[in-house]
Amino acid sequence: MGDKSMSLEDFAGTVESGMTIGIGGWGSRRKPMALVRRLLRSDVRDLTVVTFGGPDVGLLCAAGKVRKLVYGFVSLDSIALDPHFRAVRERGGVETAEYDEGMFVTGLRAAASRLSFLPTRAGLGSDVLTMNPDLVTIASPYDDEEYVAMRALRLDAALVHVNRADRAGNAQYLGPDPYFDDLFAMAADRCYVSTERIVEPADLLAAGPAQSLLISRLFVNGVIEAPRGAHFTSCDPDYGRDEAFQAHYASAARDADSWRLFRKTFLDGDERAYQEAVAEFHANRDGQEEGR
Amino acid sequence: MTEITRAEVCAAACADAWRDAGEVLAHTAGVLPSIGARLARLTTSPDLVLTDGEAYFMSDPPPLGRTAADGGVVEGWVPYRRVFDIVASGRRQSMMGASQIDRYGNQNISLIGDWRRPTRQLIGVRGAPGNTANHRTDYWVARHTPKVFVEKVDVVCGVGNDRARGGKGLRFHDLGVVITNLAVLDYGDDGRLRVRSLHPGVTADEVHANTGFALDATGAPETRLPDGTELRLIREVVDPGGLREREVSRGAGS
Repeated sequence: MGDKSMSLEDFAGTVESGMTIGIGGWGSRRKPMALVRRLLRSDVRDLTVVTFGGPDVGLLCAAGKVRKLVYGFVSLDSIALDPHFRAVRERGGVETAEYDEGMFVTGLRAAASRLSFLPTRAGLGSDVLTMNPDLVTIASPYDDEEYVAMRALRLDAALVHVNRADRAGNAQYLGPDPYFDDLFAMAADRCYVSTERIVEPADLLAAGPAQSLLISRLFVNGVIEAPRGAHFTSCDPDYGRDEAFQAHYASAARDADSWRLFRKTFLDGDERAYQEAVAEFHANRDGQEEGR
Repeated sequence: MTEITRAEVCAAACADAWRDAGEVLAHTAGVLPSIGARLARLTTSPDLVLTDGEAYFMSDPPPLGRTAADGGVVEGWVPYRRVFDIVASGRRQSMMGASQIDRYGNQNISLIGDWRRPTRQLIGVRGAPGNTANHRTDYWVARHTPKVFVEKVDVVCGVGNDRARGGKGLRFHDLGVVITNLAVLDYGDDGRLRVRSLHPGVTADEVHANTGFALDATGAPETRLPDGTELRLIREVVDPGGLREREVSRGAGS
């Protein structure tokens, strides 16, 4: 089996301006944030981002990396809306394709099966069709039913984050929900997996059953070891969402000066600098708590 | 027994939405719908299937607002991918919120203004189009105001009766009730909202004044009160922490 492990730097070289990028996870859960942070530091732009969005969307939009957003929703879960997403929408700053969540999954399934569309009931009669004027309905060839022909959401590259992976690209999730990461991988020409830890193939089953092996190496092109690489989103059971830091992010995102400071403190350096700055953020908070 | 609060009236009204629902997944968004589903499960609809709001079916649900990690008994696995399969199967009944709703039950939670450049971005269409295309959908509105009950919604997320009847393909469309802090609404034969009952202490004029389209509540009966068993279950079993009173305050209509 080939060794597909690569550094964050090598990963950055694989993403080009104008590409369509699928990002796994769900809201503010198990997002490949280390990969997203690396893209923020690159000169890539004009991306089409396809995602059940969380802070990945907010950060990429704030950095001016996004031309078009294709999403089932964008939310930070415990905070209803990402302030950067709200701001970019309210100034008309990006093209959008907003779908019902089930339609979005149908689009991924179509792409994963190399179909140009799949029929679904979801969306019929709703303004999802108005907001996506190129979306059409289709008559059933068997009876008088009518369905939405949800177009395939084919991706140039998929980015996902998992708990464990081996160097060949077999990827394992250990939390309660796989989300749709395997579908993202199959819907994409190339898939890059960041992982909390790279382990030997023989050690994959030490942490979870075979059913937890979510993505096969068949669909993976690169594996990037990135401890706490989903931070500040959750990566259960390795760590939960960093609610304090997420609140800090959302608060900073609402004000230009605060955001400049946030960017300087956390995002301008590399991944190691980010993780150190987060540790410092918590150390200072703990200090303040004790001082009260 | 202490005085029955408005929130407790709403809880019983929400529970009634799942009466005779059978063995379906109860989907809820908001505190009162969650209380309603749990109350229905403990009273009129014992076969109802509940989740922890994350990834599990719960034969015994966790404390209100918490997940399986905080207690309860798991009876199945329902990650998000399975939710959409269940929606398509029709074995589900949903009570969602509404930022805007019109006289035909068209519901908006996506945004205010033009979709190309909204004046206010909201949560997005989420699962509303799929819900209304596939199974019964009810709505819960914690603050009944003319800003919510509008002539025309800015984006149709949940599909209303006029659109469902006008187009092909929506044979599973089924809007049930709209429960608010003032009243229980349902739909007449013409597909338009009408007042089924007014909560105790609410006048027809109050509903009229707080609705942005013509909605006549004259002569509407009073919403039923929860009985002694229901009150005990609400107060001691389902919501001992009193989360309901934070979503619907004690004062009339506020």
